Amino acid sequence: MPIPKEIIMQSRNHSDRSNTAYFFGTCLMDAVYPDAGMAAIRLLKSLGVTVVFPPDQSCCGQPAYNSGFTREARAVALKQIRVFAKPYPIIVPSGSCAGMMKHHYPDLFAGTPDEDAARLFSERVYEWSEYLATVLAVELEDRGDPLTITWHSSCHALREMNVIRYSKALIRQLKNVTLVELERETECCGFGGTFAVKQPAISAAMVKDKVDDIRRTGATTLVAGDCGCLMNISGAMEHAGVAIAGKHLAEFLWERTNG
Amino acid sequence: MGNHTRFDFEHNVTGALADDQLRKNLRNAMDILVDKRRAVFPDSEYLEQLRSAGNAIKRRALKQLPRLLEQLEANCTKNGIQVHWAEDTNEANRIVLDIMHRHDAPAIVKGKSMVSEEMHLNHFLDEQGIEAVETDLGEFIIQLNHETPSHIIVPAIHKNKDEVAAIFHDKIPDTPYTEDVEELTAIARRVLRKRFAAAKVGLSGVNFAIAETGTLLLVENEGNGRMCTTVPEVHVAVMGLEKVIEKLSDVPPLLRLLTGSATGQVITTYVNMISSPRKSEEKDGPKEVHLVILDNGRSRMLADPEFRQTLLCIRCGTCLNHCPVYVRIGGHAYGHVYPGPIGKILTPQMEGLERAGVLATASSLCGACGEVCPVRIPIPDLIRRLRNESYDQDGSAVVEGGGYKKNLAETLVWKGWELANRSPMLNEMGTRLAGKVGKRMPRVGPLKKWTRVRTSPKVARASLHERARNEGVKDE
Repeated sequence: MPIPKEIIMQSRNHSDRSNTAYFFGTCLMDAVYPDAGMAAIRLLKSLGVTVVFPPDQSCCGQPAYNSGFTREARAVALKQIRVFAKPYPIIVPSGSCAGMMKHHYPDLFAGTPDEDAARLFSERVYEWSEYLATVLAVELEDRGDPLTITWHSSCHALREMNVIRYSKALIRQLKNVTLVELERETECCGFGGTFAVKQPAISAAMVKDKVDDIRRTGATTLVAGDCGCLMNISGAMEHAGVAIAGKHLAEFLWERTNG
Repeated sequence: MGNHTRFDFEHNVTGALADDQLRKNLRNAMDILVDKRRAVFPDSEYLEQLRSAGNAIKRRALKQLPRLLEQLEANCTKNGIQVHWAEDTNEANRIVLDIMHRHDAPAIVKGKSMVSEEMHLNHFLDEQGIEAVETDLGEFIIQLNHETPSHIIVPAIHKNKDEVAAIFHDKIPDTPYTEDVEELTAIARRVLRKRFAAAKVGLSGVNFAIAETGTLLLVENEGNGRMCTTVPEVHVAVMGLEKVIEKLSDVPPLLRLLTGSATGQVITTYVNMISSPRKSEEKDGPKEVHLVILDNGRSRMLADPEFRQTLLCIRCGTCLNHCPVYVRIGGHAYGHVYPGPIGKILTPQMEGLERAGVLATASSLCGACGEVCPVRIPIPDLIRRLRNESYDQDGSAVVEGGGYKKNLAETLVWKGWELANRSPMLNEMGTRLAGKVGKRMPRVGPLKKWTRVRTSPKVARASLHERARNEGVKDE
């Protein structure tokens, strides 16, 4: 099923369909979910994109930015701005990191000498599924067995990047996959970065409700577009002995189409 | 609860989370309010236009606030409304007390007013031997039970009807136990009618004060507000100074946003517009109308271009209804008058960071509040700003108690984080080290809290950096 026209038309800039694109691996993917990261890169390559992974990249800076340490956040963000220097689009497999780089960098550097650089950088940022659905207008062919999954909408992918429609459009291309939606799909899973350890009791209550919601769908796989949410939800499912696999969208799509 | 009680947020949260009935009541009630709001704003494009209009109107008002307040005072005075200024809640309470004394009034009937809660007026009057009678049904219920509001619009939302039935039966003499909502309402009405008839002074809040005409606008659904403002001989209205708007034509969009966001209503049952006391040719209405305009830290907020946005708030409460934290812990856990997302930004600015800064940590920054706010207050951004002020690394904090959390240990952790993330070598070393520690990270520090309900994150043996390099992904 091709991506609906009205979705492709929402693409910000068709000239971004260059052959070369940067990949920003995110710190969580780097350390905990490298399989998902490689899947995201491979899928881009299989679609004809020349992927560049600058080895000096690290973290978008959000952990410090949201914890009251703006100065440290700015220093780390500046590193990324310098590392991703060429005018390629920057593809980010996380709505949260993409939201930070796209929407918060301009504020973070407002009034500093790097203000313009930050703005130009932010204009090149794409969330991964957004790039696939809009710029590449991909048509995925499902090669997997019939499977029932559910989907968690990450807060920043939803509210800052507004890319959930793209992620779900990609899932809907998979003919053997049944997507059972959560009752409270758009409610936060309770991760929130340092929130999970600064307010552990509230965060625990939130993720417990999320896991209960997931269980009620009868799905065997939970798919999400952000490693933070995945780490939180999968960790809680594993701790509770719930046998539902948590998968990043990129890894899931790569397995369905090339597995 | 209030200024004088010690505030232990963690204790409050633990208690609230353990209360299954409370969580069920809150979830049911919030679901209804969220659904009703969605139903009343079916056209998202229209809603977004309306929100922009609301934001623009309130911004314009804040921009010329001193002038509008003076204009409001002049026009109210011209209309016969007596205007009083209160810099803090103490002054505001004194003003109300003076009026009570002048009229030799032993009791005051109150319509719903969050500013009066902010003043802790009931407690203050009680100490002076004056009875404050809450007449809003929700407020009436919780007053019987000696509680404070748990929500700024629906103060007894944490109670279900069985609990209300029990409270009425226990606290109102000669009241048989009934769970019938009509009967419960009739009981409250019976009790309150007598109080309205006997009261010399009535109190109300203000939803919008219109500078151009000197009009006080009040919305409500029960008619008790209209009783409070028309039956007693004296009406005292209390408002925060941010409630002033420029002109009458500003009202329709704001009113639509307020009632739609608050209760999912196109309009409330009553919209009261009060422009003067009873005129000589009129047969009813109060003989005196007073307006108390309260600052209580608001002009300090106004002075900061970012924090100023706190004053855009029209107190609809929809940020509470949509908040994943509020729905789980309820309003009392926040330990202060204003709970939920708006409370997280308002309370630390009013009470100082030392007392209430912890509230800014109680957010996952999910953005649900900012998404629904009818006047587009960027609540998550302001929460983040308060977190900055809590550490005040660059000495620029404007909120009282700025830098109260500053400590070397945490600063060093973030400095270390910064260094590791600026140096590719350190970064790679760190990830590699973590990968070698074994399948699981050691459960100390933050991980100890994390692993109470989750397994520990599994750090991969080979990082994405390493995998990309090994698999020949281009590096420039």
